[in-house]
Amino acid sequence: MSITVYVPCDSSAVSLGADRVAAAIADQARQRGIAVNLVRNGSRGMYWLEPLVEVATDAGRIAYGPVQTSDVAGLFDADFINGGAHALALGLTEELDYFKRQQRLTFARVGATDPVNLDDYLAHDGYRGLNNALNMAQADIVKAVTDSGLRGRGGAAFPTGIKWNTVLNTPAETKYIICNADEGDSGTFSDRMVMEGDPFVLVEGMTIAGLAVGATQGYIYLRIEYPHAHKALNTAIEKAYAANYLGDNIQGSGKSFHLEVRLGAGAYVCGEETSLMESLEGKRGLVRFKPPLPAISGLFGKPTVVNNVISLASVPIILDKGGDHYRDFGMGRSRGTLPLQLAGNLKHTGLVEAAFGMTLRELLYDFGGGSASGRPIKAVQVGGPLGAYLPESQFDTPLDYEAFAAIWAVVGHGGVVAFDDTVDMAAMAKYSMEFCAIESCGKCTPCRIGSTRGYELMDEIIQGKDLDKNVPLLRSLCDTLLNGSLCALGGMTPYPVLSALNHFPEDFGVNAVAKVA
Amino acid sequence: MTEPSTMLSTVQEVITALKDKPGALLPILHGIQDALGYIPADSVPVIAKALNLSRAEVHGVISFYHYFRDTPPGKHTIHLCRAESCQAMGASHLEAHVKSKLGIDFHETTGDGQFSLEPVYCLGNCACSPAMQIGHDIYGRVCASAFDDIINELERSA
Repeated sequence: MSITVYVPCDSSAVSLGADRVAAAIADQARQRGIAVNLVRNGSRGMYWLEPLVEVATDAGRIAYGPVQTSDVAGLFDADFINGGAHALALGLTEELDYFKRQQRLTFARVGATDPVNLDDYLAHDGYRGLNNALNMAQADIVKAVTDSGLRGRGGAAFPTGIKWNTVLNTPAETKYIICNADEGDSGTFSDRMVMEGDPFVLVEGMTIAGLAVGATQGYIYLRIEYPHAHKALNTAIEKAYAANYLGDNIQGSGKSFHLEVRLGAGAYVCGEETSLMESLEGKRGLVRFKPPLPAISGLFGKPTVVNNVISLASVPIILDKGGDHYRDFGMGRSRGTLPLQLAGNLKHTGLVEAAFGMTLRELLYDFGGGSASGRPIKAVQVGGPLGAYLPESQFDTPLDYEAFAAIWAVVGHGGVVAFDDTVDMAAMAKYSMEFCAIESCGKCTPCRIGSTRGYELMDEIIQGKDLDKNVPLLRSLCDTLLNGSLCALGGMTPYPVLSALNHFPEDFGVNAVAKVA
Repeated sequence: MTEPSTMLSTVQEVITALKDKPGALLPILHGIQDALGYIPADSVPVIAKALNLSRAEVHGVISFYHYFRDTPPGKHTIHLCRAESCQAMGASHLEAHVKSKLGIDFHETTGDGQFSLEPVYCLGNCACSPAMQIGHDIYGRVCASAFDDIINELERSA
């Protein structure tokens, strides 16, 4: 009987040598005449243990990691295929503390299954949500999503059900579902993990969205930096078509939904929904004025749902288990779970899906294990390149949209990037302005000009020039960006800049802190 | 360098296959860059005519997106991440090392045509910073010596 061995195909695991490890395992098994069924799964999200090799045993899956090719012969010698003892043995994967303490709803299958095997998907509760949706009235599907309390996981946290309801109630012959898979926020990778590790869940979520609002065409706008996700999505879409989970008359229901992946081309601003639609239409990714809302007049002027990957990937479980089940997780107005991504200078980087409400400190130390360098954590940027930097005094803030807003910070897409005490926060503020200047679409003046002036100003401040004049000028410029920009790129660049200045004035050569905003 | 006639026939093939898609311009530009490594200036009027756009509109789109290039790349294009997570793990030092090892700055190609260097703002490999991508291959926890090994290996296999 052949033994099943799992080696992730996740691109981060591959970046640490997973492909070579998989090849070495296949090679050793052949040499030793052992029948091994090698499955390339998604990542369990414990990246300090990657490449994490798992073996299926009667007791459950046993993990070994981090495994390098040089370890493979030794693992076979230790009879790892029967769960044998070895220095890299970690025990049962799902009993590992980091994993066990999570609440995996959206990520339930990621790492567990073969991502592009439809039978495996079906065997692990896949397409149960769609099967329910096929027998529901459109308004009831929307209601289930509204009842779940799901808010846009891309960062803006707008209630998903309300957005869907607007599209449902806007009459049009053609409507669209767009998945925003332009995961450009640095420090985030949850979209990538889902698309590589469980692409069918996104396909299913988009299909349900299509049924709910009456759209028959969907587009996944994927960033060019994710070639592995591109391949996985295209394979899943092809198999979904072949099994009639996409296309016309889905499962004999008379309903249709078509889906295509489109690639971006390295423009961060195309993660902004109106810029994304311009790009899909084949134009420069210039941000549009709102209103009209995309839900009324979106892609090609038609009513359009634009949702993030995680939002859409959370829909199948909501339709499977009901809105109440999802809503019972979380705190306050932040319902359900949020896949948090631990990145930067942390010992235990990875993916932690947990109900809203955990404090940043628990996340950084109980999960993250403190800094990788062993030095004190000085600052943490939450929510991507437009998120505020938080000092140690704010680490007890619970991860909740409103609690973060109250300290002039954002949860955003759930990226958490830690820096140790060697970081120069003035340099980070300068980088934020530089990034805004590089990525600005150029449509509005505050962002286009302000970012360059801000970069120059930060250059002078770092050189200690005219601080009495330049620091107030920086604050004034940030005020203009904050209040005068057309979209979040210019409008939120002040978050990292001013939070760095307010919390770490010594890095800017100033002492007096006048809090802004 | 591709012969002009071969180049234009490749461009034409890509256009013919994709021009009827809604919002066809980006898929066409990707198709051309996938096939040729860049989008030659001579292809702009051909694309414009096929899509009933002005040359300025096509040029505007090409120049808007960082990924599209109008000059041939080196044999290997290195995308080095400059974003925050990688910075927290020493990306600035790595960047200085990479530039000095290759003797080029961002957006340049080595004299022997082997390597082009481009900045990238996040590869989604933030749990394994610092990160870079060469072609479709992604690398994590890249230190200076690991970078040298990778480059030397690519040069040997040239």
